[in-house]
Amino acid sequence: MKRVLFFISVISIALWLPASAAQHDEYPVASPPFSEGIFPCSSCHAGLELNTKKRELKDEHTSIRLHHAEKERWCLDCHNGPDRDKLKLADGEIIDFTESYRLCGQCHGNIYRDWRAGIHGKRVGFFKGGKRTYFLCVNCHNPHDPKFKPLKPEPPPIRPERQYGK
Amino acid sequence: MMSMGALAGLSLGSLSCTRAGMEEFLQKHFREMSEDEKKAVIRRLEAKYLKKYGKKVRISTQQAEAGVLWGYGLDLSRCIGCRRCVYACVNENNQSRVNPQLQWIRVIRLKKGSLINLENAEHYYNPETVPEPGFMYMPVQCQQCENPPCVRVCPVKATWKEPDGIVVVDYNWCIGCRYCMAACPYKGRVFNWAEPNLPAAELNTEVHYLGNRPRMKNVVEKCTFCIQRVRQGRYPACVEICPTGTRKFGNLLDPNSEIRYLIENKRVFRLKEDFNTDPKFYYFFSA
Amino acid sequence: MEAWRFFKKTVSMVFIGTKGYYLWCAFLLTVIGIAITFYIQQLDAGLIVTQMRDQVSWGLYIGNFTYLVGVAAAAVLLVIPAYIYHFDPIKEIVVLGELLAASAIIMALMFVLADLGRPDRFWHIIPFIGSLSFPNSLLAWDVIVLNGYLVLNTIVPIYILVKIYFGAEPSKKFVIPLVLLSIPWAVGIHTVTAFLYNGLAARPFWNASILAPRFLASAFCSGPAMAIIIFQILRKTAGMKIRNEALFKISELIAYSMFINLFLLGAELFKEYYTGTIHLAPMEYLYQGLHGHHSLVPWIWSALFMNVTAFVIFLIPKTRENLLTLNIGSFFIIVGVWIEKGLGLIVPGFIPDPLGEIYEYMPNINEIAISLGIWAFGLLIFTLFMRIAIPIQRGDFIHSRYAKPTARPQYERIEP
Repeated sequence: MKRVLFFISVISIALWLPASAAQHDEYPVASPPFSEGIFPCSSCHAGLELNTKKRELKDEHTSIRLHHAEKERWCLDCHNGPDRDKLKLADGEIIDFTESYRLCGQCHGNIYRDWRAGIHGKRVGFFKGGKRTYFLCVNCHNPHDPKFKPLKPEPPPIRPERQYGK
Repeated sequence: MMSMGALAGLSLGSLSCTRAGMEEFLQKHFREMSEDEKKAVIRRLEAKYLKKYGKKVRISTQQAEAGVLWGYGLDLSRCIGCRRCVYACVNENNQSRVNPQLQWIRVIRLKKGSLINLENAEHYYNPETVPEPGFMYMPVQCQQCENPPCVRVCPVKATWKEPDGIVVVDYNWCIGCRYCMAACPYKGRVFNWAEPNLPAAELNTEVHYLGNRPRMKNVVEKCTFCIQRVRQGRYPACVEICPTGTRKFGNLLDPNSEIRYLIENKRVFRLKEDFNTDPKFYYFFSA
Repeated sequence: MEAWRFFKKTVSMVFIGTKGYYLWCAFLLTVIGIAITFYIQQLDAGLIVTQMRDQVSWGLYIGNFTYLVGVAAAAVLLVIPAYIYHFDPIKEIVVLGELLAASAIIMALMFVLADLGRPDRFWHIIPFIGSLSFPNSLLAWDVIVLNGYLVLNTIVPIYILVKIYFGAEPSKKFVIPLVLLSIPWAVGIHTVTAFLYNGLAARPFWNASILAPRFLASAFCSGPAMAIIIFQILRKTAGMKIRNEALFKISELIAYSMFINLFLLGAELFKEYYTGTIHLAPMEYLYQGLHGHHSLVPWIWSALFMNVTAFVIFLIPKTRENLLTLNIGSFFIIVGVWIEKGLGLIVPGFIPDPLGEIYEYMPNINEIAISLGIWAFGLLIFTLFMRIAIPIQRGDFIHSRYAKPTARPQYERIEP
C-alpha cells in the first residue's frame, strides 16, 4: 500500500512538474502587433453590451476575415467577453495578450513545444548576456488568418557575366 | 620568381609611398602579432577607415570564449526563398554592393523531389512572390566545417579555424591565389575582384578584425556567423532578419542551446556529408 | 679583366645579330610591352578585368601554368635517352634541355604571379620570412619544388658552360648526379602540380586518380614536340648540329607517350560515361555541352583530333621520318595538349560549380595579352640563353687564354 502511494505521488509530481513549468514559464516576448489605436479594447467595449451570438460583424472590425477554423469558432472563443483587454483559454483561464502563445498552444501543441525551445518562430537580440526577445505567434501569423502570406523576394544576385560595369 | 614578386610588390607605389602604406605592406600575420602590435594595427586601420568613409569605425579583436563551438540550424520546411537574409548579411558585414557585388549567402531554388543533385538548382529565380508551388529553397553559406578543406589548401595560412569553430580570413595576409575557393564544396567563399564598393552611409561601424571590417581588392572573404555579433552573445544578422524563423543558432557545447535541441529532436542533415568536412551547419525539416 | 671581356662579348652577342634575330627580339619585346600595359591595368583595377569570377575562379593563367610545368618536366626528361645511350652528346642536350626547362619554369611562375590577386604580398609565401603552409598546402609544395627545379636547372647548364668557357671538361662526377636528380624532380614537379588539383574533393573533374599519370603522359608529348621544333630552328639559325635521326627518335617517344595519354583518356571517359553519376557533368560540359552551354566543345574536339592525328603521324615510320609531317605532328601536339591541359583541364573543374551554377568562362583580351606577354618573355629568355650557350658550346666563345687569335667574330657564325 505504501509503495502504491509512493508511486502515485511520484507519478503525480512527474506529471505536475512539466505542466506547471509550462504554466508559469514566462518569456520575454515582443509586444503584440495591435492595429494602431485599437488597444485597449475596453475603450470602446466597456460601454457595449455583451452579445454572445455568433454573427457576421457589419459595423466594426469589418477588415477581419476569420480564416482559422472559422466553422468551429468565432471571436469570443478566444477573446474574453466580459473583459476585452484579455484573452481566454479553453479552460476558462483569463490571460493577457502578451501570453497569447498559450492560447495558440492549446491546439498547436507540437509547435508550441518547438517555440518554447526556440526552434519554431524567431528570437532576436542577445542569446547571452543581454536582452533577448521572443516573437509571439501573432508577430508572424495573423491570428484571424494565420497562413503565412507569400512575399516579394529580394532581387537575385547579379550574374557573373554582368558583374563589371554594365 | 621571388625577386619578381618583390619587384611587383615594390612597384605598387601607392602602397609603399606613405608610412602607413609601408606599415601595411610589412604588417605581420594576425596570429603572430603581439597585443601591442594588434593595437597599433587597429589604430592605423581605424584612421584609414575614418579617412576613407568619414566615420569612426570600432574594430574589435574579441577572442573566442572557452567552451563555445558555434552551430547553425536551418529549417528547410520554413524557408520561402525571400532572400532577406542575403541583404541583411550584406548590410551587416560591409560587403561590396555593386561592381563587384559580393554576397555570402546564396539561396538556391530546387524542384521538390530533387535535393541532392544541385545541377537542378536555380540561383536567379525572381518571381512576383515566393514561395512558388513545386519548389523548395535552400540558403547556402559557409558551413564552418570542423575539417575545412579551404584552410588546408591555403599556401600562407591566411585562413584558419578559430577555437569557437568559425573559419576566418586575415584580409591583410591573403595573397589572393583563390585556392580556397577551388577547394570549398559549398561556394562559401567570394572574391573582391575589384576595389569594394561600399557607400560610406551604409557602413556598419561595429566591426571585428576577422569579420566585417571593410576589405580591399583582390582578397577573399566569407561568412563568419557574424563573428562581431555572436562573440558578444547576439544572434547573427541573417537569423534576426528571417521573416519565417528558418534560421537557428547556438552553442553546440551547451546542452540547453537551441541548436542542441534541434539536433536532438529534429531530423537534421549536413550538406555533402560524404566529403567528411564535418560542417557545423545543420539543415532540418520541422514539418 | 676576364670578367669584363666576358661581359663585353656577352653584350655584343646579345645586341648584335642578323636581321632575323633583330626582328624576332623586337617582336617579342613588343608583345611584352603590350602585356605590361595590360598588367598595369590589372594591378590597378583588380582581377575584375579578367573574365574570371567566383564561379570560375581560375582560368587562362592557371591553365598556362599547368601546361608549362609539363613542358619544363619533359624538357629534362629528354636527357634520359641521351644519358642511356652514351655520355658524349649529353652536354649539349643537357644544356639545351635544362635551359628550356628553366625558361618554362620561369614562365610557369610568372603565370602564377599574374594570377595572384596581391602580388604586393608575395613575401608571405617565402619560407621563414612569410608563413608558407608546408606541408599542408599543395601550393606550398609546388612553390618549393618549382623553385628548387629552377635552381637545379640553372646550376647545371651554368656549370657546364663555365667549364667549357675555361676550356675544361665538365666533371661527370658533378654533372651526372645533378642530372640524375633532375629526372625524378621533373616527375615530381608535374606530380605535385597534378596533386594541386587532384586533392580537391569539391571538384570531381580533378578528383580522379588518373590525373597525375595523365599529366605526365601528356607532358611527355608536348615537351618533346616543342624540343623537335626548337632543335630545327637552332639547327637553321645557330648551326647547331643535330641529326635527323635524333628528331625521329624523339618523335617515336612521343608516339608511345601519346598512346598512353589517349589510353588514360579513354579509361577516364569510360568510367565517367558508363557510371553516369552526377560527377559526369564537367566531362559532359567539356565534350558535349551541358544545359545549353558548350563553348569548350569545339576546342576539346579540335584537341582530340590534333592529338590523334599526331599520334598516327608519329606512329607510322614513313610520316614520322618526313620533316614536313613531323612538324605538322609536333605543332598539333603542342596545340592539342595545350588545349587539353589548359582551358580543357582548368575550366571544366569549375563547371558546374559546387552549387550547380554554370558560368561559361572564356578568356578576354586582358588575359590573352598578359599570357602572350609571358610566353614572349619566356621565349626571349630562351633565345638569349641560346645566344650565349651555343657559341660557348661550339668553342667560339671561350676564355681569352684559349681563344684562337684568328677566330672570326662569333656573331657572323650565327648566320644560317
